[in-house]
Amino acid sequence: MSGEDWPGGSSPLPLDSGLPEASFLSLLESRGLAPRWAPLGPVDALDLPEGTTVLALRYSDGVVMAGDRRATSGNVIAHKRVQKVFAADDRSAVAISGTAGMAVELIKLFQTELEHYEKIEGTRLSLEGKANYLARMVRGHLPLAFQGLVVVPLFCGYDEEESTGRLYSYDVVGGRYEEQDYATTGSGGAEAKSFLKASYRSGLDEDDALHLGVEALVAAAEEDSATGGPDLRRGIYPNVVTVTAGGYVVVAEERIAAIAADVVEHRP
Amino acid sequence: MTMPFYVPPEQLIKDRAEFARKGIARGRSIVIVEYADGVLLMGENPSGSLHKLGEIYDRVAFAGVGRFSEFEALRVAGIRYADLKGYSYGRADVSGKGLANAYSQTLGQIFTHEVKPYEVEVMVAEIGLDRAATQMYRVQYDGTLRDVERFGAMGGSEEQLTERLGEAVDGLTDLPETVRIAAAAIEDVEGNGIEPSGWEAAVLDRTAGRRTFRRLDPAEIEAARHSG
Repeated sequence: MSGEDWPGGSSPLPLDSGLPEASFLSLLESRGLAPRWAPLGPVDALDLPEGTTVLALRYSDGVVMAGDRRATSGNVIAHKRVQKVFAADDRSAVAISGTAGMAVELIKLFQTELEHYEKIEGTRLSLEGKANYLARMVRGHLPLAFQGLVVVPLFCGYDEEESTGRLYSYDVVGGRYEEQDYATTGSGGAEAKSFLKASYRSGLDEDDALHLGVEALVAAAEEDSATGGPDLRRGIYPNVVTVTAGGYVVVAEERIAAIAADVVEHRP
Repeated sequence: MTMPFYVPPEQLIKDRAEFARKGIARGRSIVIVEYADGVLLMGENPSGSLHKLGEIYDRVAFAGVGRFSEFEALRVAGIRYADLKGYSYGRADVSGKGLANAYSQTLGQIFTHEVKPYEVEVMVAEIGLDRAATQMYRVQYDGTLRDVERFGAMGGSEEQLTERLGEAVDGLTDLPETVRIAAAAIEDVEGNGIEPSGWEAAVLDRTAGRRTFRRLDPAEIEAARHSG
């Protein structure tokens, strides 16, 4: 029974809505609810908040993902406590840089999509499948990227088949690149990357990996004004999460606070 | 010109109801029992992959009996309904009651308008932050919507199971005890000797995180049945 057969409007249940795949985005599109943005002109004048530096790195148990807390519009600090690192599902994490409003919506859609698939199919998408789907979503954004609304995510997770953590970086056209040891994106991404390049070694344990992630963000904040370093006085610390065989875990703020204080004290 | 035979509406409804009931009676039953930390759903299901129980949303679960293809379509539609609502508004705005109503409307419509009524019954369970917020609904093949209090059953042996549970359920018990009660009732009514892998059971567990739905694996069911 399709919606049209229902007397006086559409059926309350999307029963047999002609959707062959377990895709939430297709469902939204079929109902005309998919998010659509069609800016009429260049958006530079809008001064939209931009998310800045996020990074991910592999360690012995899985992956660490971290992001600073600052969002800027032009030379103004728009928000001091923005969250840029999210659980994609129970076995993966996603972080964002670029136009914050767009990116947050993209993440929400991505999260819903993964859970929707899992519930309908009774099994989670493979890590590769999730990474590819995210690439498709970023590619769908391309027309907006040309108008200045750029969204570039970073994705990582624990691959249950291979028993290892894996990292993926993206570009604005939806190019998906698997990274070996670490990946960064955002305005301070280049600085964070050169720090990681100098300091990374394989087989890090969790403590060292967390320390390295936080220090890379601090290094980025020292060079890039759009990246917020830890603010010990106001209690603003990076968001840091781990994904291991045990799943997605948000690292407790006290632990990050201690690491941040140590990093700040010992920075050259 | 030939005249169609006149069939009184009473007869039409009766025939359709009988058809649906017969189809439902052929399948195995499902029981639902409230326990200390949430709600247990349990039944016999020899298939390990064609589930009768499913997760709809953070705090909402689904159970279906009867024709698999039909309640599976209802399950998927329920997930779409819930995800659309949760995405458009907020996660807290998805309720079991709204979903049960949607099932009721849809099954009622199918019962009277389609060539063949659905041979299914479904249950929707929802848990809240405390016990008082637990809600369980049962929707029949013709769209009849009922509240379920504490425990219930649906399927071919519904009456015997409800009666048997009425004798066995006494206050809120912990999960292993509740599994024992539910399994004993099902074995009493539908026959002994169900293999450990022949059960399907799931809970909505208030003590779990955001997503409260969890399947019980055969080992956990066995351990519960042989404990205490």
